[in-house]
Amino acid sequence: MNPASLANLDTVAVAATTPDKAQPWKELGLKEDEYNQIKDILGRRPTSSELAMYSVMWSEHCSYKSSKIYLRQFGEKVTDEMKKHLMVGMGENAGVVDIGEGWAVTFKVESHNHPSYIEPFQGAATGVGGIVRDILTMGARPIAVMDQLRFGAVENPDTARVVHGVTSGISFYGNCLGLPNIGGETVFDKVYQGNPLVNALSVGALRHEDLKLAKASNPGDLVILFGARTGADGIGGVSVLASETFDSTGPAKRPAVQVGDPFAEKVLIECCLELYHAGVVAGIQDLGGAGISCATSELASNGGAGMRVDLDKVLKRDESLTPEEILMSESQERMMGIVPKKDLKAFIALVEKWEVEYSILGEVINEDRLYINWHGQEIVNVPPRTVAHDGPVYHRPVAYPTWIDALNGDSVANRGLARANDNATELAAQLVQVVSSPNQADKSWITDQYDHYVGGNTALAQPDDSGMVRVSEETGLGVAIATDANGRFCQLDPYQGAKLALAEAYRNVAASGASPMAVTNCLNFGSPENPEVMWQFQQATAGLADGCLELGIPVTGGNVSFYNQTGDVAIHPTPVVGVLGVIDDVARRIPSGWQDEGHNIYLLGETRDELDGSAWAGVIHDHLGGKPPVVSLAGEKALAELLHGASLQGLVASAHDLSDGGLAQAVVESSLRFGVGARVWLGEIMERDGVDLTAALFSESTGRVLVSVGREDDVKFVGLCEARGVPVLRIGVTDVKGVGASLDGAVVAIKDVADFNLADLRDGWKATIPDLFG
Amino acid sequence: MKIGVVTFPGTLDDRDAARAVRLAGAEVVPLWHADANLHKVDAVVLPGGFSYGDYLRCGAIAAQAPVTQAIVKAAEGGLPVLGICNGFQVLVESHLLPGGLIRNENQHFICRDQKLRVENVDTAWTNAFELNQEITIPLKNGEGGYIADAETLKRLEGEGLVAFRYLEVNPNGSMNDIAGLRNERGNVVGLMPHPEHAVEAGFGPDTFGTMRSGVDGAKFFESVIKAVVNA
Repeated sequence: MNPASLANLDTVAVAATTPDKAQPWKELGLKEDEYNQIKDILGRRPTSSELAMYSVMWSEHCSYKSSKIYLRQFGEKVTDEMKKHLMVGMGENAGVVDIGEGWAVTFKVESHNHPSYIEPFQGAATGVGGIVRDILTMGARPIAVMDQLRFGAVENPDTARVVHGVTSGISFYGNCLGLPNIGGETVFDKVYQGNPLVNALSVGALRHEDLKLAKASNPGDLVILFGARTGADGIGGVSVLASETFDSTGPAKRPAVQVGDPFAEKVLIECCLELYHAGVVAGIQDLGGAGISCATSELASNGGAGMRVDLDKVLKRDESLTPEEILMSESQERMMGIVPKKDLKAFIALVEKWEVEYSILGEVINEDRLYINWHGQEIVNVPPRTVAHDGPVYHRPVAYPTWIDALNGDSVANRGLARANDNATELAAQLVQVVSSPNQADKSWITDQYDHYVGGNTALAQPDDSGMVRVSEETGLGVAIATDANGRFCQLDPYQGAKLALAEAYRNVAASGASPMAVTNCLNFGSPENPEVMWQFQQATAGLADGCLELGIPVTGGNVSFYNQTGDVAIHPTPVVGVLGVIDDVARRIPSGWQDEGHNIYLLGETRDELDGSAWAGVIHDHLGGKPPVVSLAGEKALAELLHGASLQGLVASAHDLSDGGLAQAVVESSLRFGVGARVWLGEIMERDGVDLTAALFSESTGRVLVSVGREDDVKFVGLCEARGVPVLRIGVTDVKGVGASLDGAVVAIKDVADFNLADLRDGWKATIPDLFG
Repeated sequence: MKIGVVTFPGTLDDRDAARAVRLAGAEVVPLWHADANLHKVDAVVLPGGFSYGDYLRCGAIAAQAPVTQAIVKAAEGGLPVLGICNGFQVLVESHLLPGGLIRNENQHFICRDQKLRVENVDTAWTNAFELNQEITIPLKNGEGGYIADAETLKRLEGEGLVAFRYLEVNPNGSMNDIAGLRNERGNVVGLMPHPEHAVEAGFGPDTFGTMRSGVDGAKFFESVIKAVVNA
């Protein structure tokens, strides 16, 4: 250690004697009253290290200060019934749900939006790494990942840079971890041009007794940092402090984006699982945002204890790092374990087996205080709870958007957007155009870059409606996950939009044969300092909480990402909703496409003239306005129960949910899944539901699923629908299965529209994304 | 019957390979990279993954591991060894099989259900197949492009050492569509695609007719059991 630097050290003692020293609280993102609050808590000015800790832990990202008052309702709008299977709820690294047979699963979705625009490859890669560590921290073996991506307009030249970087980053990191990527979403829209969304979801499985919590509660236990060394990555604002405290000899500008090493993470996963198995960690926390600041304060605060840490013991990649930088570093692939002294030997044996580096930083103490020393000098002396949990809470101003009434009034009907009801050729062309549009087209150019086989437990993956993995090899017990968010609908009505996202994810899980059980979310919004954005956030969270209450499935955790905007223009509100379902035996899963010839095709649910915000309105008319489709969660519930019952009796051969692109998209995708053609008629839908041909094909009314049923099960199936009050209509039959690569013989014939050669549909659907980015 | 499944740090498909061995009816013996003791196994599988992160040439560091050194020696004595994906790269880096594997032609990692032709059934790992049988097993790699100099290629083709060839699509730009090789003795086989991901109905590749029911990979493990029993 350079003695000159030590002499300049801003210790607690120095802080006490220099109360009026100017500090860069503003540059670190703190407000004046927040800085004063810190001084009140400490009874003196903070040291530069304490200032670093508070500033990062009280940031929007770590403290949820703008969203907290709204997120509470996820814990309040619940019934006892909803909590029955919840082993760990919101507030921990990830929620944990009991799925039976002694098994539990933990899952969560998180954003890595801003780094992924600056440096798409590393941003996306470390997004995967971060969420997987959250899952690992709960004591679970991570078993799958998914990604929810939003990119700018396909025609913008910068979009390819982001698409390539993000896809390669996920591929690089996820594939090297050995976790199957079982699905996700990819949407292009110009609103995400300067602010793409990269959300990553992970799910893990554990035996009930293996549950771990992030807490340090037993005085005397050791605080051990292990995994990768601490470097200068992910240090954004702290450079202000560094240049403030020291002269300009050190590296002043630090990279704001972390760099990932998936190999280190894979080794860390296996090492941690062996540590858990050996029972040598009493508490554990991963290091993500806010690094050591977060891990030490949260572990101590959660455990109701304190901690004494020697920060100079941290293993560093760069010896010139200052204590402030070490406290804020977001270097990846690190964990902090709380290890009882009696277990130290066993702990060391295991980390050495995996050649993982570790250092003992200090120990848990029986005092409500976090002490951090640097070469023997005290640089932090704070109550841990004030850093980790008692941060500021904002009641941000909320304002009804000035533009929204006009937007809602600008509907497809009011605009008089042309429909090709009397022109079959034109309508057929529209169908091809919608199906082959970037958002509706085949995404296998992206998903084929991800390993979905590893682990040998993948029962469903893209392009199926949900991803499904087996948890127990003995019984076939498994989980299904689907995520959804339609930003266009949310722009029109964030309350309904959030409910729609929930309804769609719920329906997708049900269509796979699983029973929906729990919800996670990643709420991507613009700036909370804009009252109109805050209104969108208020509406969306209320919609989601109300929806979950109505469906009877709890939110187990999630993430908020604010400031997603370019200049003053916010993205569409994009509350990504993930629904997890459980299935007693994955062998019972329902395929998302037709496999057999001569099955009857049924449309479940009713079709209304709901084209506002639809793919049809966007693709054909470049229009967004009006009101989103109506949601009936009672209807969704009935539909889910019907599918579950039908699946138990083996009555449905396939099921595909209707969403973007409506019935047209669902028919084409069901045909393309296994190359089986179909003959479909729309007359009865039009007659029963009072809609025209365009609406029958492209309406995005909710609560609808397309199923195929073998003729021998027909009567039983229709009887089941009628008994449960789910509207059912036979709209076609499956036809010849295409032979070979050219799908010879397979046709999708839609009466009064056209007979489409299945190979032509496939070629258009498959070509779009590779033509743009390949 | 004991079959060793090797784990290097960064190995990913070891649990899958172990499952395939178990389903075939053999006992799994986990082999650890740092341990040169092969525990008297009757055969060895080197599974896929990114051994030691593969930050150097894929498989190059794993080729130097104590367990690999022991395997090379045993393979020279006739021990059946199957290298899958990263395992194939390790076999090539250990010179048990000739040539090299480079970045896929399109520069992307690729995961797909791959059709192959089994061109040699006189090996410990392919004897349960019919000659020229067409099979489908998953392929997933970033560096699977097989290369060799002209002389080696000529020898491989001339001596019938190409065990598997890609059909319909050459996914990674491999020379002569080579997907996998055997050694002269027939005890060592390496390939890029993953037989261990096609051993259990419900979790394998799609087949014409049924979702994820392809189990063509199971024959690799049946083959080795037959080979060891008959040896």
